[in-house]
Amino acid sequence: MNVILRTDKLRVEFKSREFRQSPKVALRGLDLEVNAGDVFGFLGPNGAGKTTTINVLLGFVQPTSGSASLFGIDVRQPIARQRIGYLPELTYYYKFLTAEELLRFYARIFSLPRAEADRRIDAVLKLVELESARKRLIKTYSKGMQQRVGLAQALINNPDLLILDEPTSGLDPLGRMKVREIIQRLKTEGKTVFFSSHELGEVETVCDRVAIISEGELKAVGRVGDIMGRHASLEKAFLDIVGYQSQSAP
Amino acid sequence: MNNIFAVAGIVIKELYRRKDFYVLFILTVVICLVMASVNIYNDNEIIRYIKSICLLLIWVSSLVIAITTTARQIPAEREQRTLLPLLAKPLSRTQLIFGKFLGCWLACGLVLVCFYAFFGALAASREHHWPLLNYFQAAFLHWMTLGVVIALTLLGSLVFAAPSSNSTICFVAVAAILCVGRYLDAVALTRPEPVRSILWTIYYAIPHLEIPFDMRNLIVHDWPLIGWKFIGLDALYSLAYATVFLVAACLVFRRKAVN
Repeated sequence: MNVILRTDKLRVEFKSREFRQSPKVALRGLDLEVNAGDVFGFLGPNGAGKTTTINVLLGFVQPTSGSASLFGIDVRQPIARQRIGYLPELTYYYKFLTAEELLRFYARIFSLPRAEADRRIDAVLKLVELESARKRLIKTYSKGMQQRVGLAQALINNPDLLILDEPTSGLDPLGRMKVREIIQRLKTEGKTVFFSSHELGEVETVCDRVAIISEGELKAVGRVGDIMGRHASLEKAFLDIVGYQSQSAP
Repeated sequence: MNNIFAVAGIVIKELYRRKDFYVLFILTVVICLVMASVNIYNDNEIIRYIKSICLLLIWVSSLVIAITTTARQIPAEREQRTLLPLLAKPLSRTQLIFGKFLGCWLACGLVLVCFYAFFGALAASREHHWPLLNYFQAAFLHWMTLGVVIALTLLGSLVFAAPSSNSTICFVAVAAILCVGRYLDAVALTRPEPVRSILWTIYYAIPHLEIPFDMRNLIVHDWPLIGWKFIGLDALYSLAYATVFLVAACLVFRRKAVN
């Protein structure tokens, strides 16, 4: 199998701003491998370390120890990000630009030739259904439209690996369905998708493999069916793995 | 270089789509036109005072635009989270810093062109001559000054969390350099140790933006042109200081978490 995303004993500590407080450990020796062509779900409760892992993979945060690589290149090298697309959980794009200008700017960062950039801009705007609003300033967009601009910018370079941080967070059911369709479509095109989510039903539907982390440690990793095991659903398996105990139990 | 120019293009686009420049430009134009329309005591020399005040307004306005525009660049990117999708692209942090610097510097250059064109038109309407080369030298050295100020403010925006505190500190520092920078060595001679050494150190460490770059007198009093060799040396001096500040900014930003 061709591993395109790898973390090796990844540890991240954040220094406390309080006097004499010990550092907060966000990740404790995380080992993760994602194969080419996988749709990989990255699950965990709030504060488990999902976003920190993504931040390390994108070079936003330096690991305290351990390493991470994309396509075999250390994530600290900007070239490691040449073949990836990234959609943050919540984000705002330059509101003084139109969607077309924003995408042209990002295409330029990826050094796409002018003709290729025009073609990709048309294709991604069509995919996220923003063709009619391409000349409007982003500040006039609704939240759902801004999220779709986010998806368009993540796809502008036709990435081999797409990293999505809770892509359906805050979207209405139609928006969620649209994102799910796009993930399915990328899957059929053989792209690799790595995404964190709290929507376990969605993960169960679209993912090939999942990893579950809790308190910065990897608790389980494998195919969705293997993780579910004897449980009726992924949600029940997830709760069992992270050690949740119902308060209403007798 | 492509990435640096791409980032710079966005900074320029932001400046001309915001209202800051237009407000300051219109304010300067209105004040100068009102002054130019008054002819106190029928004194023909009054134009020198008008030119002097107009140039002072241009200096203040350009510093306000340069510092406020630069101070919000990185903090606004962090606050509005536009930094995340940007740095998730194959763009290094060094390229981002240099792109922001270039964008702010070029944008301020465009602002200066507008201001000096207006100033030239105003002065020509009263004096009936247009010393273009004098204007060019003054505007060019003014632009070089703004380069140092922009680099300093960019460094400040990575050290101080809030753009407002950074803007205030940069304004005070630049105003102090312009107003008292040239006298520090003379003051040092009158002071006992260790104050003398401290003042000497500050005198030699700060970028002197006042003597070599402030060419207002050149055009107020129609002085002869400065030798191009000195203009070149001034440009190198300012570029050296701007580079030092930018390298420091890159070192500060290199390992900073942006989440």
